[in-house]
Amino acid sequence: MIPETLKDHPAVRLVEDSTLSAKFDRGEVTFEIAADAIVDVCRRLKHEGGYIRLSDLTAVDRYPEEPRFEVIYHLHSLEHNQRLRLRSRISGAKPAIASVTEVWRSANWYEREVFDLFGIVFHNHPELERIMLPADWEGHPLRKDYPVSGTRV
Amino acid sequence: MASSFTLTEPEIAEPQTSTSTRRMTLNMGPQHPSTHGVLRLELELEGEVIRSAKPDIGYLHTGIEKEFEVKTYQQAVTLTDRIDYLAPLSNNLCYSLAVEKLLGLEIPPMAQWTRVMLVELTRLNSHLVWLGTHALDIGAMSMFLYCMREREDILRIFEMYSGQRMMTSYIRIGGLALAPPRGWHHRIKSFIDGFPSKVDEYEDLLTNNRIWIGRTKGVGFISVEDMLDLGVTGPMLRAAGVNWDARKQAPYSSYEKFDFTVPTRTENDVYARYLVRIEEMRQSAKIVKQALEGMPEGAFQADAPGVMLPEREKMKTQMESLIYHFKIVTEGFRVPEGEVYQVIESPRGELGYYVVSDGTAKPYRVHIHGPSFGNLQSIPTLAKGSMISDVIASMGSMDFVLGDTDR
Repeated sequence: MIPETLKDHPAVRLVEDSTLSAKFDRGEVTFEIAADAIVDVCRRLKHEGGYIRLSDLTAVDRYPEEPRFEVIYHLHSLEHNQRLRLRSRISGAKPAIASVTEVWRSANWYEREVFDLFGIVFHNHPELERIMLPADWEGHPLRKDYPVSGTRV
Repeated sequence: MASSFTLTEPEIAEPQTSTSTRRMTLNMGPQHPSTHGVLRLELELEGEVIRSAKPDIGYLHTGIEKEFEVKTYQQAVTLTDRIDYLAPLSNNLCYSLAVEKLLGLEIPPMAQWTRVMLVELTRLNSHLVWLGTHALDIGAMSMFLYCMREREDILRIFEMYSGQRMMTSYIRIGGLALAPPRGWHHRIKSFIDGFPSKVDEYEDLLTNNRIWIGRTKGVGFISVEDMLDLGVTGPMLRAAGVNWDARKQAPYSSYEKFDFTVPTRTENDVYARYLVRIEEMRQSAKIVKQALEGMPEGAFQADAPGVMLPEREKMKTQMESLIYHFKIVTEGFRVPEGEVYQVIESPRGELGYYVVSDGTAKPYRVHIHGPSFGNLQSIPTLAKGSMISDVIASMGSMDFVLGDTDR
């Protein structure tokens, strides 16, 4: 599950039991976390691992694969000068995952952006509304099945 | 058609005699001059004190991340300029570094040093616009004129190498777009030699100015814990004593070879942010000077046939180069599968590019983490409990660019 090169990484003991796979590529560490454990893992990484900043949160659409969406978290520890990537895969039918706003408040807008552009619902988010597009916009533009150009008929 | 209307006495509210809790909601923006772009703030006021502030963004959303997916890697460089229009070269650099990391390209020293020089000039450009407009917001009109004077020099330098003043797209994947023109370094030298005295001039006008101090000192406090939690980065964080700068902590493009310091303050107010940026300008000038003096000789693009366009002369005389030229122009170059999150220190803070490749010639997904997006998120916390005129000063001290926020 966890490759030899990563065995000594200080974050491993914190995420091990929820990690589906791990990768060390081009100097960057990625852990794939089970979607239902994401908040627990994030909380542990923040309070015990020193990852006090959520540097970025975004999503990737793997349409037509299933599970369709990947939610990507980039964590940053100033203390250890380290970065970490977490990835959770969620299904395309009713894409939803728990919100990490209770761990980092910065997740508020990041998750709203992902909700707006990908249509992924974040449970327990304090104000899950569109942030970039108007409230009455139809569709989620960053999905792969949303056209880049064209006129609405 | 006959119409009738009756005049009714308008109901006049009793004038408020007490200073008790009458709340008013005020809409600031989307066209307010202090927002430097299109930002709307929903303020809830009690007298002149702000009880809550809610930023409404998205007015400049252009779907740039979607557009990346239909351009080839090299074409997409031109999109990055348009994200943060005050720091186009920082965005060029961050995107190029990310794709180069995916490709495993080695960038020649001359290109790396020129990139550092350009990015620092961009920092000067951006900080000058910030200083000018920030002072203008607070009421120091003449600062704007002084700052624009120096900015004009920088834009002329940009224009000289690329023909463009703002969206230069000069930093490309694999190096630079063109070899720098003759006389260009000389021009930068004459500008940068005179620049520190210009910064002295700004400081003469502001640093000990009583009005300036009165408007900025002790204004716009937000705790370090809140900032880290809300995603604030850059000069704001450094003015609160957190010494984090990607140029030092995670050096890129050979920043480790330059001698400079990262200014920090601990007062954590608008005035401290001003002092930090002023000192950053001096440090940037120092870096540009070092880059000029130690500029290595050599190629301006990586030696990577199949990725970089061959020289014009070779393309006309060698079969292989002609084939590469044709392939790169018609279909671009393929980038190995993988993902990279590249972070650089833009004038505003931590700028991150997350690039995912699926092995084709077009990016599968590009996500831009603009520093303004994180910084702006702190407005509700920052503005709560402060006076409405202080919000103008605090917002100016954040130095956000709405293009960077909305993408």
